[in-house]
Amino acid sequence: MAKTIVQEFTKGLWEEIPPFRLVLGLCPVLAVTKTVANGIGMGIAATFVLVCSNILVSALRNIIPSKVRVPCFIIIIATFVVVVELVMQAVAYPLFLQLGIFIPLIVVNCIILGRAEAFASKNGVAASTADGLGIGVGFTIALGALAAIREAFGAGTLSVPFSDTIVQLFGPSFKPFTFMVEAPGAFVCLGLMLGVMNLVGKK
Amino acid sequence: MRDIIRMIVVLAVLAACSGGLLAAVKSGTAEKIEYQQLKFVKGPAIKEIMKGCSNDPIVDRFKIKDGEIERGFYVGVFDGKANAVAYETSGKGFGGPVGIMVGVNIHTDKLLGIGVTTHSETPGLGSRAKDDPSFGVQFKGMAMNKPFKVKTDGGEIDAVSGATITSKGVCAGITQSAEFYKKLKPQIIEQAKAFAK
Repeated sequence: MAKTIVQEFTKGLWEEIPPFRLVLGLCPVLAVTKTVANGIGMGIAATFVLVCSNILVSALRNIIPSKVRVPCFIIIIATFVVVVELVMQAVAYPLFLQLGIFIPLIVVNCIILGRAEAFASKNGVAASTADGLGIGVGFTIALGALAAIREAFGAGTLSVPFSDTIVQLFGPSFKPFTFMVEAPGAFVCLGLMLGVMNLVGKK
Repeated sequence: MRDIIRMIVVLAVLAACSGGLLAAVKSGTAEKIEYQQLKFVKGPAIKEIMKGCSNDPIVDRFKIKDGEIERGFYVGVFDGKANAVAYETSGKGFGGPVGIMVGVNIHTDKLLGIGVTTHSETPGLGSRAKDDPSFGVQFKGMAMNKPFKVKTDGGEIDAVSGATITSKGVCAGITQSAEFYKKLKPQIIEQAKAFAK
């Protein structure tokens, strides 16, 4: 229980890194990691929602009656998701077109509801902020890493987030391994990464 | 009983706050979202038509009410004068409506250029009306006072090969748009003046 703020933050980066350790929120993980730019964009959107909802849920944790806590959490989360959706349309329209339906689907992302229920509703605002930030950054890193592998093999490129630059990794003779950017490739890639993480984490 | 009232109050207050916040964000971003949608959906066609203008036609836009319909016009400033407008119209294509951005010089009534914005035509055939510049460029400089027709109908436009219906649709759309352009022209000239620099 007596973890420091720093520990709450860093646990999200390795110990409880969402897709690999908690194995939660896989729907967007599999769907949007075709390119690095999409993966990182999705990660940042989810991080924003996660941090804001964690702060609000922990601030209101003594006011919200426990019988209606889930509806309350959903209202809070849904509000921030719509905020993200509108802001993304206003400032990053191409990204919004790419992510499409997966932005509104952040509402039902288990990571966010899970953190609200399991952490923010039992801990103070500072710890909850650190927790949300840590999990969010971990989620973003995981999406970015998975997307980098898939994009590199599947398309031979790496797209730089927040710019139109696309780096060509291999020469013109490179034949894209398109399996990697399709849905089955996402499962295989995620499975391999999970395996490697378990191997490394084994003591 | 107290429990139930407390639940109702908390949920209601939370929902009300959420509604208020969203309404504020929505109205705060509405203008920027409209601009972004214009930029990425219609923008490429407008930019192509207004090549060489000194302003941003997507910013310099106005609307005119034509009966029930509100039509948007995008102003192009050339040599310090607002002498071109672009507007969107649509024609009936092979797979549904074809959106066409039409640019007109408001002094000579000649076409400055056209560009297809949205369509659901067959990829590789009808879609070339949008992707192949040699189709759209034929309209450049043509006068608005007579109907546009493809060559098989006795006109001057070379249809995209394999996509005659799409080409006819585009021609018909532009011909129709000439009618409301003529009707609204006094208002267009009046409104466009404001954008001269």
